[in-house]
Amino acid sequence: MGLFFAQLLTGLANAGALFMVASGLSLIFGVTRIVNFAHGSFYMLGAYVGYTLMQVLPGVVGFWGAVLLAGIIVGLIGVIVEICVLRPVYSAPELFQLVATFGVILVIQDLTLMIWGAEDLLGPRAPGLKGIVRIMDEPVPQYDLALIAITPFVAFALWYLITKTRVGILVRAATQDREMVGALGVNQSWLFTGVFFLGCALAGLGGAVQLPKGGADLLMDFNILTSVFVVVVIGGMGSLPGAYLAAVIISVLNVFGVSYMPKSTLVLMFLVMVVVLMFRPFGLFGREEVAGEHGQVGEPERPIKPAGLKIRLLVAAALVLLGLIPVMGSNFAVVLVTDILIFCLFAASLQFMLGMGGLVSFGHAAFFGGGAYVAALFVTYAHTPMELALILAPLGAGLAAVLIGWVCLRSTGVYFAMLTLAFAQLLWSLVFQWGDITGGDDGLVNIWPSAWASSNMVFFYLTLVICAGGILLLRHAAHSPFGYALRAARDSSRQAEAMGINTKRIQWVAFAFAGAMAGVAGGLFVFSKGSVFPNELEIARSFDALIVVFLGGVKTLSGGWVGGASFEATKDYLTRFEYWRLALGLLIIAVVILAPEGIVGSLRKLGERTGILNNAEDKR
Amino acid sequence: MLELKTVNAFYGKAHVLNDLSFTVGHGKVVALLGRNGAGKTTTMKSIMQMVQPRGGTVSYQGQDITGWAPHRVAKAGLGYVPEERRIFTQLTVLENLEVGRQPPREGCVTWTEEMLFELFPNLAERRGNRGKALSGGEQQMLTIARTLMGNPALVLLDEPSEGIAPVIVEQMAHVILKLKNEGLTVLLSEQNLHFAQAVADQVVIIESGTQKFAGSLADLQAHPEIRDAYLSV
Repeated sequence: MGLFFAQLLTGLANAGALFMVASGLSLIFGVTRIVNFAHGSFYMLGAYVGYTLMQVLPGVVGFWGAVLLAGIIVGLIGVIVEICVLRPVYSAPELFQLVATFGVILVIQDLTLMIWGAEDLLGPRAPGLKGIVRIMDEPVPQYDLALIAITPFVAFALWYLITKTRVGILVRAATQDREMVGALGVNQSWLFTGVFFLGCALAGLGGAVQLPKGGADLLMDFNILTSVFVVVVIGGMGSLPGAYLAAVIISVLNVFGVSYMPKSTLVLMFLVMVVVLMFRPFGLFGREEVAGEHGQVGEPERPIKPAGLKIRLLVAAALVLLGLIPVMGSNFAVVLVTDILIFCLFAASLQFMLGMGGLVSFGHAAFFGGGAYVAALFVTYAHTPMELALILAPLGAGLAAVLIGWVCLRSTGVYFAMLTLAFAQLLWSLVFQWGDITGGDDGLVNIWPSAWASSNMVFFYLTLVICAGGILLLRHAAHSPFGYALRAARDSSRQAEAMGINTKRIQWVAFAFAGAMAGVAGGLFVFSKGSVFPNELEIARSFDALIVVFLGGVKTLSGGWVGGASFEATKDYLTRFEYWRLALGLLIIAVVILAPEGIVGSLRKLGERTGILNNAEDKR
Repeated sequence: MLELKTVNAFYGKAHVLNDLSFTVGHGKVVALLGRNGAGKTTTMKSIMQMVQPRGGTVSYQGQDITGWAPHRVAKAGLGYVPEERRIFTQLTVLENLEVGRQPPREGCVTWTEEMLFELFPNLAERRGNRGKALSGGEQQMLTIARTLMGNPALVLLDEPSEGIAPVIVEQMAHVILKLKNEGLTVLLSEQNLHFAQAVADQVVIIESGTQKFAGSLADLQAHPEIRDAYLSV
């Protein structure tokens, strides 16, 4: 009983930082509609900045002063990010901004590495709270008790700000209809900046306040990001009490998980989330999202059309050129292009779901990595030949997509996105923690192609045929009646329903199809590398695909593979440098600002302006 | 007070407003008439710069406001009451009013919550209720009241009589005349000619984004053929 109670207290203490970060994310999303992927990075910055301040400032006042100052400084960094990176892209298509925030993650990672170095920092203990208290004979750190006491005050202050002050009223009004708030004379830009400051300051505060418990390291940003997303989704986007309750649930669960089921800690959190969303699709205290109903921005979408003769010839020529690579190029080029081709198919499969279906998935890596693991497991345990494994990979990934899609499609919008992320993480944690079967962190190795395909050249041609075929198949599907129905469901699900289209089923099929195609890419990936590790299922992998699709151009058919090719090639080049993340991050931000319609969309515009391409609509 | 000169507006490639030119004089009530889809709402939004005109100018008190951000237009003294009402359903009546609050403006009435509750007695009883609990008529009143909290000199009323009960339509007409007496200038869009006749000094008729008539109410009554051609009576 004593141990139980002590663990409960630890959970409550851990909930503090989690709540602060989650409420900041929730606030920012509510007003700006930006899913701030970089929120974990602000949390990490809070820890590092706090650490440095604590070295300088002495005593009890110094410690708590450092925590507060860290929050303010991180808030100001958030303001800089908002003004320099996000303001230029508010008018871009919805969700495009999240690519920019991903760029911010990379930049902050490398800047932190530059300033504070790669060593993990051990957090200083809070002066005056270094001891432990015996509660029911169990030791409980004093600092934990302090955190348990402080968090409700932070929560109350936030609640007061949001419900009782004019600023809070404006924030809540803007959450619902920001265009109308502007028409009533409120300068939205400053409202946005203010909310960003507050949200980032909360994240920074969370990072600084947990220093005595967790210290500071370079993996903090992604580590907290998943929990924060889960908390926000369970609590309901935009709900402060929801965020608090969910933070407590998740933290307590984690503490108990560690002591009673150490192998399932990571899985538990997502299981809770899935269960909550099954019964309350918008979280415990959330409301249905009406994003985009008012204040829809950007010009209307163009109808997609089959490629003209010119483009077809161009593609054919490009394929021939690709086919010549093993003959002309070096062995390195062959391997690199194989990687790029595989990634292109993966990106194209997400593009299909996202662009054609409007289904924004944050967890597409589940099917890429899933396919990879299916193939690897069959080869390892059943000595399945490559040919069969390459068929089983998409089947396995497709089956997973059928199941995951069934659950995820009960939600829409950002909840859908979060659910897909949760499932991807669920798969990742399964693979990561179930080491006996999957090899855990060590992965599965020695998975090589059949003898006939074992040379790089033959495997290259195999990849070229399968990937080009897969991309063409996805393209073909977009032009088929199924593709029409899918776009109808995306653009106007009610009208589509009224016309007799079962929109949910169409989306489900699209989800499964895209999953299977990602599985094909995953299968090829295993055999090209000879091994697979859990990081193929990671969030970072899902985000890679997402970034690529947005950078390529969501509203174009070819955005996926064009973005994929550019991204992989650039990444391959940049990773040779020490601070490649910084360079890649800045590059991503630059593309987002300069080409808000993605590479393909912007090139097309440029072509039309210069007269190289005809605009079909003008001709009519 | 407000002048539109050859204003053109587009949605993507669709040409919605075509060379619209009219003026709204100080202290007048002008009715913008036209059928559904004629471009009335777009005209209103073009004035507020919520739709940025491509070609032409909108000037307010002699100042060119084309290309301004909507919040600047509102701060200059234009109050916009959208057709779809767009009240903040999760906020209470009082909180909705708070969103609209702006500092007092020289030469204009400085509205307080109590004055507005006098103007709209129904709202007074519901001040603590959330917007979503209000009836259509009450929501319409709240939208007007919210805009008045900004102490505007000119109010743009987009179809104030649409979708509300006849009794309340009558009440609306009274309110508009009261506002006129307080010295406010009003531009309202309408499909309902009877309602316009009850309140307006001047009439502008548009059809497919093109201006077909501009003149006094008496002029329009002298030309019944115009009325029959462009308005469904």
